[in-house]
Amino acid sequence: MNAKTFLALLARDAHVARRNFLPLLLQTLLQPMLLVFVLGRVLTSSGMMPLAYKSMLLPGIIALSMLLAGIQAVAMPLIAEFQFTKEIEDRLLAPIEIEWVAIEKVLSGMIQALLAGLVVLPAAWLMVGKGVALQLGHPIEFLAVTLLVALLSSAVGLSLGCSIGQTQIGLMFSLVLAPMIFFGCTYYPWSALASFPVLRRVVLANPIVYASEGLRASLVPQFPHLPTLAIFGALICFDLFFLLFGLNRFRRKAVS
Amino acid sequence: MPLGVRTEDLRKVYTTPPPVARGPGVAVPFRFRRGDRKPKIEIVALDGLSLDVAPGELFGLLGPNGAGKSTIVGVLTTRVRPTAGRAWIGDHDVWSDGVAVKRRIGVVPQRPNLDFSLTAREILLFHGAYFGMPAAERASRATELLDRFRLTDRADQLAVGFSGGMLQRLSIARAMVHDPEVLFLDEPSAGLDPQTRLLLWETVREYHGRGRTIVLTTHNMDEADALCDRVAIVDHGKLIALGPPAELKRSVPGGFVIRLQVQPRPVSLLRQLERMQGVTQARPVEESGIDLYADRGGPLVPEIVNLALLERVAIHDVHISEPSLENLFLHHTGRSLRD
Repeated sequence: MNAKTFLALLARDAHVARRNFLPLLLQTLLQPMLLVFVLGRVLTSSGMMPLAYKSMLLPGIIALSMLLAGIQAVAMPLIAEFQFTKEIEDRLLAPIEIEWVAIEKVLSGMIQALLAGLVVLPAAWLMVGKGVALQLGHPIEFLAVTLLVALLSSAVGLSLGCSIGQTQIGLMFSLVLAPMIFFGCTYYPWSALASFPVLRRVVLANPIVYASEGLRASLVPQFPHLPTLAIFGALICFDLFFLLFGLNRFRRKAVS
Repeated sequence: MPLGVRTEDLRKVYTTPPPVARGPGVAVPFRFRRGDRKPKIEIVALDGLSLDVAPGELFGLLGPNGAGKSTIVGVLTTRVRPTAGRAWIGDHDVWSDGVAVKRRIGVVPQRPNLDFSLTAREILLFHGAYFGMPAAERASRATELLDRFRLTDRADQLAVGFSGGMLQRLSIARAMVHDPEVLFLDEPSAGLDPQTRLLLWETVREYHGRGRTIVLTTHNMDEADALCDRVAIVDHGKLIALGPPAELKRSVPGGFVIRLQVQPRPVSLLRQLERMQGVTQARPVEESGIDLYADRGGPLVPEIVNLALLERVAIHDVHISEPSLENLFLHHTGRSLRD
């Protein structure tokens, strides 16, 4: 590995992200803010949802924002750059092993996912209004979950970005990401699926479940959540799986 | 210390369509293998190709579209994995020592693959950074190259809005930022206006003059002829002929074409011309022209004039074409380069 080249690649991504700062910020903030307003504010103040739902919702929204930010930061440029323009070639020709070009993308996606979490957490907290009971009793656990969720998002981004073509981006969102998000325990805890015994087991194959439940376990441990050990185990396994799968796809796509 | 480039029995068979469309008129032979459940595409792009480019040489790969030129460049620049065979840049095996190879080469691809999220200057600056150049050095290098390639006034605009010629110039500038020991140019003059083409040729010659090794592909005989120390003619992934352009051209019998404009054009004259020593064919062209295919040019003219006088034919014009690589390609493959 060539540190200078790696840092230069990272600097390039940072530079491009800085140039697109405003659209990126809006893209990151808008959807979670709308969700938080409707679910956390309108439904709770009208009495259709209990006030405690606010605290339940927030970790799920943060998980969702981080996942979307990381996936988009990695998948979208990769899909575009592997297409007709072959823009990625100038980085594939940089004096560094091509796997490191992919790892740099993953790291840059992780950073963007963490920043998204960092922006959405206070904004959503403000938006949802009074009555949120977040606890940061386990800061190390919280940090570890956040890092694993960030890695999950950009590793999934790498896998998707190297697997689908430009024409399938719409399908990726509607057929892959939307069901994963809705069955990802983002708007409800896993325990809420108690009356759906089959679904309850099926969703365990969805990595987003562990992201949402993980943030719930570390931010609002007073609510029921999956066992912490299971969350960490699953997140680590999914992270490794998507990272290795994505790297393999990247390698195949980069060299003909 | 200039580096050589070597390939040994390179073979590349694509089982999916080649990822880079090779421009218009792709003419790769492919066949369907029957018997499999799904018909499988097999495109033989390189068929046992061995080349040896000397250090400091300006080497040309000449061939029609789909001959395998871009695949050779792809293999030598670590972007295409050969099905069999090996390749080296200097002493570095392209496949097992890719990073060392990438450090020593610059690549101008057939189609500009510039980083469209960046401005022209940033493209050069980041390229320098990828190669570990110090900030001050890459800044001055970028300014110098932008100036040289007449891009200074658009330097701080995003490259995505550039014209084709500008993108090509920027591609060439980018390949030269880190001063590579071996420069690969894949169809560098395709789509360039004559002025820019001359700038490109001058740049290539100057770079070569500094002792750098250059490998360029082209389907333009004039370009190969004007620039290259040696030319390899490639077709269907095989080496057809190899040598300095002048020597290659001499190797074709009847490489000269003498075009006469005569008035009138009796058949008897055509017959007599064809019987001349050194003439392989006399062919009537257009209304009043005759093309003589011959192994000499000027030395035949007095005899032609004598024959014409005897036949009471007036010669209005004589034009002698030197043997060309085009004729050579025709001679070896039976096809024109432009087919």
